[in-house]
Amino acid sequence: MNSNIFICIIVMAAVTYFIRVLPLVLIRGKIKNRFFRSFIYYVPFVTLSVMVFPSILTSTSSFISALIGFVIAVTVSFLGAGLPVVSLFAVAAVFVSELFIR
Amino acid sequence: MNTFKIYRRGVRDGMPVFFGYLAVSFSFGILAKSLNIPSAAAVLMSAANFTSAGQFAAVSSISAGVGYIELALMQFIINLRYFLMSSALSQKISDKPPFFHRFLMAFGNTDEVFALAVSYKGELTPSYFYGLMTAALPGWVTGTALGVISGNFLPARVLSALGIALYAMFIAIIIPPARKSKIVAGIVASSMTASFLFSKLPVLKNISSGFRIIILTVLISAAAAALFPVETEEDYE
Repeated sequence: MNSNIFICIIVMAAVTYFIRVLPLVLIRGKIKNRFFRSFIYYVPFVTLSVMVFPSILTSTSSFISALIGFVIAVTVSFLGAGLPVVSLFAVAAVFVSELFIR
Repeated sequence: MNTFKIYRRGVRDGMPVFFGYLAVSFSFGILAKSLNIPSAAAVLMSAANFTSAGQFAAVSSISAGVGYIELALMQFIINLRYFLMSSALSQKISDKPPFFHRFLMAFGNTDEVFALAVSYKGELTPSYFYGLMTAALPGWVTGTALGVISGNFLPARVLSALGIALYAMFIAIIIPPARKSKIVAGIVASSMTASFLFSKLPVLKNISSGFRIIILTVLISAAAAALFPVETEEDYE
C-alpha cells in the first residue's frame, strides 16, 4: 500500500459528506418552480427502482433464489404488507428456495 | 406527538435497516479483511463514511495502492446519487427546526435512510431522522466489526438470504404509492426496464452502476416532471 489508509478514509469521508450536505445547505426553502418541484417529487421512485432492478437478481448466491425473492417481495408488498413483513418474506423465500437449489 | 415519541418511531421503523446493514457490512468486513485492510481501519471507514458501494470499491482500490485524487474522484462518482437524494430530502424536511440539524442529518442520508425518510407521511422532523440513524449506523459499524473479527460466524445460507433484505425494503417503499397512482406505477416500471437495458446493452453496460443511477434518475424524473407535473404542495408525500 502506497497511500496511508487513514488519509484515504478522511478523503473518502470528506467527499461523501460534501455531496450529502451541499443540497441541504443550498436548498433552504420549498422549491416554487413547478418543474423542479415535480422533478424532485419523482426522484425517489426512479432512484429506488433503478437501484433495485436488476441488482436484486445478483444479491443472493443464486439467480433463481433472488428472482423468487424479488417476485415474493413485490407480491407481498402489493397485497398491502408493511416494510418489515416484506423484508422478512423475501429473506425467508430466498432461504427456503436455496435449500432446494443446493 | 412529542419529539421523543417521534424519535422512537424512527428507531422502530429503522430496525429492518439495522438487520439489513448488519448483513451487508458483515460482507464488507470480510472483504476488507481478505484485502489485508487493518481491522480498525475498516471499522473506522464504516463509521466515517456510512456508504456501501463507495466503501466496497474503496477497499479494493486501496489495497491496490490507489492515489488520493483518484480515490476522491471515484467516491465522487459512486456517491453522486446522494446529491439527488439530499435535494429531495431538502423538500421533505420541515423548515422550522434550527438549521444546524441539516449538517447532522446529511451524514446519515444513506440510500436506505433516505428511502424511509421520504416515505414518511407528513413533514419530516430531525427527531424522526435521528431515530432512523440510531438504528442504521450501529448496524453498519457493528456488522463491519463482526466481519473483520470473526470472519465467518453467520452460515453462508443465512448471509445469502439476508443479501436481499435491503432490496426488499426498497420494494416495500415503492410498491404502495405505485398501487395508488398509475403515473408512479408507470415510472417504477420504466425505471426498472431502463436500468435492466442499461445493464445489458453493449456500450451502455460499461457505464458504472453509480453513473447509471444518476443518468436514469435525471432523465426519467425530468421526463416525468415535464409530462406529469405535480400540481400542489400536498401532492408531495
